[in-house]
Amino acid sequence: MNRILSKSQNIENSTNKRHRKEKRFKSLCLGAVIVAILFLIILLSSLAYKGLSGFTKTTIQIPIYFNEEIIDPENTRDIAVINKASFRKIFKQSLLQKFPEAKDNRKMYRNISKIFSRGSTYLLKKMVLDDISLIGKTINVDLISSSTIDQLRKNNINIKVPESDRPVSDATLKIYDQLNTEGVIKKRLNFSFFKYGDSRNPEEAGILGALLGSMFTLIITLLLSFPIGVLTAIYLEEFAPKNKFTYFIEININNLAAVPSIVFGLLGLAIFLNFFGLPRSVPLTGGLVLTLMTLPTVIISSRASLKAVPPTIREAALGLGASKLQAVFNHVVPSAAPGMFTGTIIGMARALGETAPLLLMGMVAFIVEVPTSIFDPATVLPAQIYLWADSPERGFVEKTSAAIIVLVLFLIIMNSLAIWLRRKFEVRW
Amino acid sequence: MIKNDNIKITTNDLCVFYDEKQALFDVNISINEKETTALIGPSGCGKSTLLRCFNRMNDTIENCVVKGNINIDNANVNNPEIDVVQLRTKIGMVFQKPNPFPKSIFDNVAYGPKIHGMAKNKLELEEIVEKSLKQAGLWSEVKDRLSQPGTSLSGGQQQRLCIARAIAVRPEIILMDEPCSALDPIATANIEELMDELKKEFTIIIVTHNMQQAARVSKNTAFFHLGKLIELGPTDQIFTNPKLEKTQDYITGRYG
Repeated sequence: MNRILSKSQNIENSTNKRHRKEKRFKSLCLGAVIVAILFLIILLSSLAYKGLSGFTKTTIQIPIYFNEEIIDPENTRDIAVINKASFRKIFKQSLLQKFPEAKDNRKMYRNISKIFSRGSTYLLKKMVLDDISLIGKTINVDLISSSTIDQLRKNNINIKVPESDRPVSDATLKIYDQLNTEGVIKKRLNFSFFKYGDSRNPEEAGILGALLGSMFTLIITLLLSFPIGVLTAIYLEEFAPKNKFTYFIEININNLAAVPSIVFGLLGLAIFLNFFGLPRSVPLTGGLVLTLMTLPTVIISSRASLKAVPPTIREAALGLGASKLQAVFNHVVPSAAPGMFTGTIIGMARALGETAPLLLMGMVAFIVEVPTSIFDPATVLPAQIYLWADSPERGFVEKTSAAIIVLVLFLIIMNSLAIWLRRKFEVRW
Repeated sequence: MIKNDNIKITTNDLCVFYDEKQALFDVNISINEKETTALIGPSGCGKSTLLRCFNRMNDTIENCVVKGNINIDNANVNNPEIDVVQLRTKIGMVFQKPNPFPKSIFDNVAYGPKIHGMAKNKLELEEIVEKSLKQAGLWSEVKDRLSQPGTSLSGGQQQRLCIARAIAVRPEIILMDEPCSALDPIATANIEELMDELKKEFTIIIVTHNMQQAARVSKNTAFFHLGKLIELGPTDQIFTNPKLEKTQDYITGRYG
């Protein structure tokens, strides 16, 4: 049929060539998309595989006797007295009751106590402080296991290698097996991962501190970069005279977008910390530095979306007798808003993943306390990931992956918000 | 010649420059009140530029310099001290491409009266919108869907919406910059009919490339060529018996 349609053999040959070219190009594109999706699947599934176990913990249930003699011998029920009491003794006494054979065997006792988290005594104290009627009673308490036992339960430790090559001794293994057959070792969701800040012990380390730190920092960044960036874009695009000075500013803004983020960190260190004397390690200064970094992105994308608004809309408004300000804010800005939101969220997503500038602001630090305001020392999610990835303990490996999952979820939520906002405000011409 | 008893606009030696390039050369034109004046001429002859001088829309173009006087009701509007916002409430404009705001039909028409505080309450505003849409011949088509976006209308309806939007401010003059060039013949006929109605109340200046349209809708016609006003006169005379050969050549399609 081609032959009938085509004027000559030459044209037929050339169209065939063009069709082949198009096919080749299409298959190349498809291949690229498939490779990209494949990598995404590999990334997400390896994250899920390594990280999901980070959201569970191991508990061991043993009866604890809250001995009145030790906690509050004079029956005062005074919080100060309870605070001072040695819960280590309570812990030891209860352990010895459970394992009487360890009474005169210090080595064995040490092995037994090692299967519990080092924070167990704090947990007991907290229980009593929350409910002083526990004093004098014996109750079964689910104590958090040490990270080694947690890893043992998750089959992350190879017990077939010689004793000297693994973190658990044969004696500990024996106790573990004994407890396991008793059925007191349980797997639980690790809610405390979302309730506490960082810790030296992997089993106690939580993400909340970094999560809130990231949130506070991003709030500062958003509150500063969105209005400043959008207003700058509106001024430059709609009001500023087009002369050499504005051209110079324009070039500089474009250049700033390409400046490595650590340079902004140094700038922040020199100006915010050294010159203005703002506190270090706090979300306020972190947010200020990230604002510097995000502003060019916000300005450039806002200007692009303002440029995309058809000039006929401005003319229509001006022709009706609207002032320049009314034309811009009643018609141009609402039409450009979706683009501005998207640009801002992209900038924020970049700020969320940024570690380098915060390194210089002292936000890549071991901070146990959960921040409650923008003036409290805090760290951020990527910094937390970096810190955990750097820790030698086996337990931090899954924590690192778990933290990455939290970060990715955070990003997905932010991007969905961007898409939602764009849909909501989108204008069809 | 044109009768000179009811002149609304005159220009004295009006020159317009875009940077170094001169777009209009010493234009002296007079436009009568409550009549339709057509500006015709080949592309780039400066007719749109002249139109945009009347409501000072050239102010929005950088490097555009307008020299000379434009007298509307005996006041020179080409004066930096004139408030363009006030001027533009007096002179409405309809553009080449329908350009409704990406808002509802109601808001499109209500925007002008709203920013100028022409309605004291919502009821008055609704009255203005209804009156304007009726005048633009669009009311019967859109009265049940005033809250739908103006951009959802057809091209011809959009252009009539833009006319309704312009007359809602109750201007004295309406400038039309090739209002039918993006429309089909039926929509064009609708707009032309509408212009016939509107000229009873407004002074209309229309730029058009369509010779027949100029002949149909206008009372007076001005022919421009290369930035100069070549001939101005009653439409009948321009089209049947032009004084100058250049005009004759253009109307008969010898160049353009």
